[in-house]
Amino acid sequence: MWTVGAIGFTAPALLWALVALPALWLLLRAVPPAPIRRRFPGVALLLGLTDDETQTDKTPWWLLLLRMLAVAALIVGFAGPVLNPEDRQPGTGPLLVFIDGTWADARDWPRRIDRVEALLEEAGRDGRPVAVVMATDLPEAGLPFQAAEAWASRLAGLKPQPWLPDPQALGDWARGLDGGFDTFWMSGGLDYEGRDDVLAAFSAAGTVRVFESPRPVLALRPAAFEDGAIRLTALRARAGEASEVTLAATGRDPAGIERVLARVPATFEPGETSLETDLVLPPELRNRISRFSVEGVRSAGAVTLTDDSLKRREVALIAGRDNREGLQLLSPLFYLQKALEPTADLLDGTLSDIILASPDVIVLADVATLSAAEAAELQDWVEKGGLLVRFAGPRLAASDVSRDAEDPLMPVRLRAGGRTVGGAMSWGEPKELRPFAETSPFFGLDLPPDVRVNAQVMAQPDPQLAERSIAALTDGTPLVTRKKLGEGQVVLFHVTANAEWSTLPLSGLFVQMLERLAVSTRPARPEAAELQGTTWVAETVLDAFGEVGDAGTLPGVPGEKLADARPAPDLPPGLYAGEDRRLALNVIGPDTRIAATAWPARIPVEGLAVARETLLKGWLLTAALALLAADILASLWLSGRLRGQRSGAAAVLVLALMLPIDAHAQDTDDALALKATSEVVLAHVVTGDARIDDVARAGLVGLSEKLFQRTSIEPAAPIAVNLETDELSFFPFLYWPVTASQPQPSPEAYARLNRYLRTGGMILFDTRDADVARFGGGSPEGRRLQQLARPLDVPPLEPVPADHVLTRTFYLLQDFPGRHASRDIWVEAAPPDAERAEGMPFRDLNDGVTPVVIGGNDWAAAWAVDAQGAAMFPVGRGYAGERQREIAYRFGINLIMHVLTGNYKSDQVHVPALLDRLGQ
Amino acid sequence: MSDPATLRARAEGLAEALPPLLADAEHLAQAVILGEHGRRRAGLGDEFWQYRPAHAGDEARMIDWRRSARSDAHFVREKEWQAAQSVLIWVDDSASMGFSGDKTHPTKAERARVLALAVAVLLTRGGERVGLSGTGLPPRRGPLQLLRMAEVLSGAQGTADYGAPDARGMAPHSRAVFLSDFLGDLAPVEKALTEAADRDIKGALVQVLDPAEEAFPYDGRTIFESMGGSLRHETLKAGDLRGRYLARLAERKARLADLARATGWHYSTHHTGEGAQGALLWLYRALERVR
Repeated sequence: MWTVGAIGFTAPALLWALVALPALWLLLRAVPPAPIRRRFPGVALLLGLTDDETQTDKTPWWLLLLRMLAVAALIVGFAGPVLNPEDRQPGTGPLLVFIDGTWADARDWPRRIDRVEALLEEAGRDGRPVAVVMATDLPEAGLPFQAAEAWASRLAGLKPQPWLPDPQALGDWARGLDGGFDTFWMSGGLDYEGRDDVLAAFSAAGTVRVFESPRPVLALRPAAFEDGAIRLTALRARAGEASEVTLAATGRDPAGIERVLARVPATFEPGETSLETDLVLPPELRNRISRFSVEGVRSAGAVTLTDDSLKRREVALIAGRDNREGLQLLSPLFYLQKALEPTADLLDGTLSDIILASPDVIVLADVATLSAAEAAELQDWVEKGGLLVRFAGPRLAASDVSRDAEDPLMPVRLRAGGRTVGGAMSWGEPKELRPFAETSPFFGLDLPPDVRVNAQVMAQPDPQLAERSIAALTDGTPLVTRKKLGEGQVVLFHVTANAEWSTLPLSGLFVQMLERLAVSTRPARPEAAELQGTTWVAETVLDAFGEVGDAGTLPGVPGEKLADARPAPDLPPGLYAGEDRRLALNVIGPDTRIAATAWPARIPVEGLAVARETLLKGWLLTAALALLAADILASLWLSGRLRGQRSGAAAVLVLALMLPIDAHAQDTDDALALKATSEVVLAHVVTGDARIDDVARAGLVGLSEKLFQRTSIEPAAPIAVNLETDELSFFPFLYWPVTASQPQPSPEAYARLNRYLRTGGMILFDTRDADVARFGGGSPEGRRLQQLARPLDVPPLEPVPADHVLTRTFYLLQDFPGRHASRDIWVEAAPPDAERAEGMPFRDLNDGVTPVVIGGNDWAAAWAVDAQGAAMFPVGRGYAGERQREIAYRFGINLIMHVLTGNYKSDQVHVPALLDRLGQ
Repeated sequence: MSDPATLRARAEGLAEALPPLLADAEHLAQAVILGEHGRRRAGLGDEFWQYRPAHAGDEARMIDWRRSARSDAHFVREKEWQAAQSVLIWVDDSASMGFSGDKTHPTKAERARVLALAVAVLLTRGGERVGLSGTGLPPRRGPLQLLRMAEVLSGAQGTADYGAPDARGMAPHSRAVFLSDFLGDLAPVEKALTEAADRDIKGALVQVLDPAEEAFPYDGRTIFESMGGSLRHETLKAGDLRGRYLARLAERKARLADLARATGWHYSTHHTGEGAQGALLWLYRALERVR
């Protein structure tokens, strides 16, 4: 290969052809373009005319240049130019392929393996012994040198590991190396402890080459919950250009299928190695999240599992008595709310509603009696794993709950009345708390000295009392008792939840006790001391590619090791379950920093280099072709063959070839939208039958005129609506004449129609057959209507009741004739519980507008007027017929009024009452 | 006697060409509705012109007794003068007329023939006598003459590059129409017109040109040849010649117009790119004007 600067040539001998270019120049210059012969009678007038310039018989210089460039590009192209050619010298001696094999490698692992495979092939050709070693999976000792082919077959079995190499083991292994070998280091681009030792050992043994992918190493720190939002922190190893990442939250949807629940885009600012973004989700969704990940990055570092620390428990607070205004500090729930608000989501409502919402915890503050149904529901909920926390209080003390027999929802039987100590009317001092026993969940909590108990309810001394008591006063009387009920438990605080009976709710101990009871959420991560002596079992594990897998039968892990939070071969990252909570062990901890590798200048790094070997042959040949094509056009133009119509065609062809196809159909809906929304517009559905459509249009014109004359509605000219193409949401009202031959709308059109109906639109279906058929009586139009309306979201219907709001929105009507005078008009059914109030003329019917009105009276024909404003069709006979037409118009006006004003006229029923209340 | 097969082939060939040409011409002539266009003066004819009081010298048989009986004076019934005029048409049949600059246009020759025949149809309808000059087809009247003209006009194209009008056989005081592109030498035209003027022959010159001849839309290195191939001109930049060519063409038109004015003829240019209707109307009115 012969190189000039950064360009090398594979066949440099061909470049000698460039010498011939000047000769070609002269040759081409001497030959003018060939003349065209034309028969032309006017030649008689041309005789004797001479050309002004004589130069044009030679090819113009720019055309020559064009051709020269084309030929030069051809010659250079075939000479095989290569940008940034790489010179490789075959190596000798043993070769060590050292792969980091961490999670950082996982992102482009197949590419790395391909590279190693190519390397092994090369080494096989050179007959070099090879050893392939992964830093995360070191051999026992030394280097397992083997034939390259032997390694090639084992490459597929290599997998990256979701942890970093153990620096201790790595150092030992590197120190044990001896002998001379060259090293090819497949680096993941991530700096780790012990790497320098290894590099020193390799450099001492021979030359080191490094392959490092230019793709950035991305990592995600565990999500933290702060101020109602999830704080996500993404890291990158190498600060550089601004880059966009999308962070995804994955979890199970209500159907139990794992899917991405939320996405949040974020940007690494230029020069920054970390970014923070907040994700606000409703608690239901947030509690479902099982992991966060950087989208599109297959690496364990870019995945962070969530554990209980992210989950916020839903706590329902129910007090036994209504709050009295102004006594907030005495509210039984005040201290509970203060204690729980920062760490839990509080629910409010009636007990039956709350049980439906299935909270984690229900707190009953001084609630004595529950109805039988409520009690049954509550017990059911507790047995399914709910935590019921009850607080005592005057009501509970005064009631007979759990007096003679133990109530299932009380942990112990209570003695009547309770007791008061240290008050004005009692002996003794207020009692303090006794230190918690070892079996108590509160064990280890410090007792503040100022907690005093003045009053409490007393437990009956039953045989189970001792084991159910988890906190007691200094005199041994139980303060907190607990019992298991099914999978859940019932806890009773024998004092009130406010400061009436004790100072416990005022102390920090109260919050800690609630935490221990798992009423509120615990701080993010347990201390090492807490984990002392516990055993954790992996539930799910994360592999290096960031895939979550089943843990299988991994042995239990001692808590001390987990507190270390450093993934290792015997402690794979994943979700670990302990006694009462689960802990996530992630590759990246909350304080982990990642750094990019820094290689000494003497070591060549592949992959990261900006200059890469690029073959230029294709580009040059393409350029030559383009030049030749331009030359053809230029020659044609020059010789006058590119004129007239043909030049237009040629120009179009050239443009078509050169321009990317960019013919996106512009939405032409804007005109319709403007027309339909600048004024009130009635619309009818295009049926495809031109006559019916004309009548429908004329009918709406007639109705619009009448509306204009008689009411404050001033509609513009009606619009014909094509269900398949037009947007419906602009129209308050659609008139749909049903024909037997109408095609079924497409599913998209039905989706649009349903959206239209749900969002308050109205369709008047007119089968126009009331003269021959009763409603639904089997006329072709009626059957067609049934087919058309089947996919529509139509509510239950009923014939128009006499007190329907349609009968009085503008005119008082009882009949709704069109050209036919059938009484079968169907509208949305009134709710079954609509009752006529005493003294009211009408029932208080449903809110809103009926989405459909169905009939067959051929209203459009009765309304229709021609261009002169005269009625198009006769209605009935004589005066009675004209009266019928008038009533038809009145129906139309009532209908449009109903569409536009809703149940306004229905509400008019209340006017007397309103006036009365206003003192009129 | 010729071989029947040959005869039939010739007859069919003739029949092939005749009807379309005649049909075209009839079609074109149909658009012109002839009004009553007598001489507007009393004379020999069939149509009633006016009653005039009889004066001395009128023969007694000339008196219209029916009219005279209604008054005291005698009246003579005059008829409109309807003298047949003879019109001789010359259609250039040279090779240059076979040119068409675009496939969508007819050749100049086609257009000239259709125009000639159409005006002949109109004149025949008006009762005039029509003939073709230079072909031994003297002016006659009647539909048969039209058929004969159509046959002659459908005949083979001439071989000469440019044609020259033939003023021989023109009766004095008659009318003439010359249809040509007048791109050749103008001297014969001038001679023919002078001769015609000497014999008090009035008429019309119609210069039939192709749009390409008017626009000269050529560029680049070109060799121009006349249709017969006798003339030849090579240029390296045809586009540069356009201005000078157009100037020469305008000069030629002006000369033709001058010539026509001097001899009392009418001159017009017709382009094959346009419809023939306008040219026919102009031609018909030009012939009418001189009457």
